[in-house]
Amino acid sequence: MEFPEEFKYTEDHEWVMVEEGLAVIGISDFAQDALGDVVFVELPEVGVVLEAGKAFGVVESVKAVSDIYAPIAGTVEEINDELVDAPEIINTSPYEDGWMIKIRMIDASAADNLMDAEAYQALIAEES
Amino acid sequence: MKTTPLNQVHRELGARMVDFGGWDMPVQYSGVIDEHLAVRQAAGLFDVSHMGEVEVTGPNALAFIQQLTINDASTLVDGQVQYSAMCYPEGGIVDDVTLYRFNESHFLFCVNASNTDKDFVWMQQVLAESALADVTLNNRSEEFAQIALQGPKAEEILSALTAIPLADLVYYHFCEGEVAGVKMIISRTGYTGEDGFELYLPSSSAVEVWQQLMTIGGPHGLLPIGLGARDTLRLEKGYALYGHELSRQISPLEAGLAWITKLDKDDFVGKTALVAQKAEGVPRRRVGLIMQERGIPREEYSVYVGDREVGVVTSGTMSPTLKIGIALALVDPDVAKADTELEVAIRNRRMQVKVARPPFVK
Repeated sequence: MEFPEEFKYTEDHEWVMVEEGLAVIGISDFAQDALGDVVFVELPEVGVVLEAGKAFGVVESVKAVSDIYAPIAGTVEEINDELVDAPEIINTSPYEDGWMIKIRMIDASAADNLMDAEAYQALIAEES
Repeated sequence: MKTTPLNQVHRELGARMVDFGGWDMPVQYSGVIDEHLAVRQAAGLFDVSHMGEVEVTGPNALAFIQQLTINDASTLVDGQVQYSAMCYPEGGIVDDVTLYRFNESHFLFCVNASNTDKDFVWMQQVLAESALADVTLNNRSEEFAQIALQGPKAEEILSALTAIPLADLVYYHFCEGEVAGVKMIISRTGYTGEDGFELYLPSSSAVEVWQQLMTIGGPHGLLPIGLGARDTLRLEKGYALYGHELSRQISPLEAGLAWITKLDKDDFVGKTALVAQKAEGVPRRRVGLIMQERGIPREEYSVYVGDREVGVVTSGTMSPTLKIGIALALVDPDVAKADTELEVAIRNRRMQVKVARPPFVK
């Protein structure tokens, strides 16, 4: 299982990558593996303001429904439309093609407080 | 937690294990969709050793079974299997079962795993109240392992391990014979809607037989299948599952099991209540639902016509074959006709569904 060093992670298994003032958000390799085959994704509309820690979307596997939580606050700038028709991309490419949303952060340094790859791996080692 | 004789085998195969009604069972190996499609296109191997087996013997075995179950067991011939159910006097379902007839004084019930103890106590109670002599009930669940081999390649794979002419074994019939050198019951039945077999064998031989089937079946595309795909396979065919479509609060007439409810046979437990329910009209009907929009209907989601709540989803999933949401639901009789347009509440939205008569996948 991979956990890119340059990403930040949350206890709810989302990842965040900050580029050019935007935070790109998805779910971790651990999360996609635990879910199993992803068959449905529901994402917010562009322009919606997300509150940190609040659910912003849903991923469904064959068996289960899971909320996805906003790691940091911000306004949705872009959503990954491809996931609507091909949600399985989240399984095959959780960190690249499987990104979910890009948000304009309210506090540009908010991501600094999230876990780094090492801390996140320690967390999931504890959970599993 | 209870384990089957194949528990270690599942772990070695890298299965994800879950607590299924007190049993430590594999929910998936390679992935639910992959496994599902393997069963539809080639073959799959299932450990269903958690299922219960209760033997009924004695000169009055048939007479007892006629009182205990809602289907007509008198139509069975030796070597035949029947899908049936047991009801409470109020008409609710104790369990759905398959019944095997060896001869007129020897039968075997296969019952749902989590219901085994409850069913056995119920059978003993019905027997005690029946005043029938010379009937013996034997819970043999521990002795039996059960392996299901399902899919279009099932016969070809099993034939390589047995001398039994499987082409002569027709659907819902069984025989006794050797597979991989192990004496067992070979039943042409299943819960996937595909051709296939359910093997009842001694627990001590389960690992050996499983490994031989995997070795022979591998080149044919045989995969081990977990409970996840077992559920999606049965849902695509519209088969009921106890605890979802069937329960003490649901009668077989509501559950779509009128076809096995033989109200014209002599007295059986629940008959009076079911005859009355039929005369009055059933309060709910089990139907299939097909999503008309992207979305997955799940158990306990409410079903609506406008503002009126007309029912509830009992099981739902994304169909791996059709790639659309499908469900079974209990709804008011006036909205149970095929093609009726309903709505299902998915989170905060109402989404369009259409009533359909299962199977969803032919």
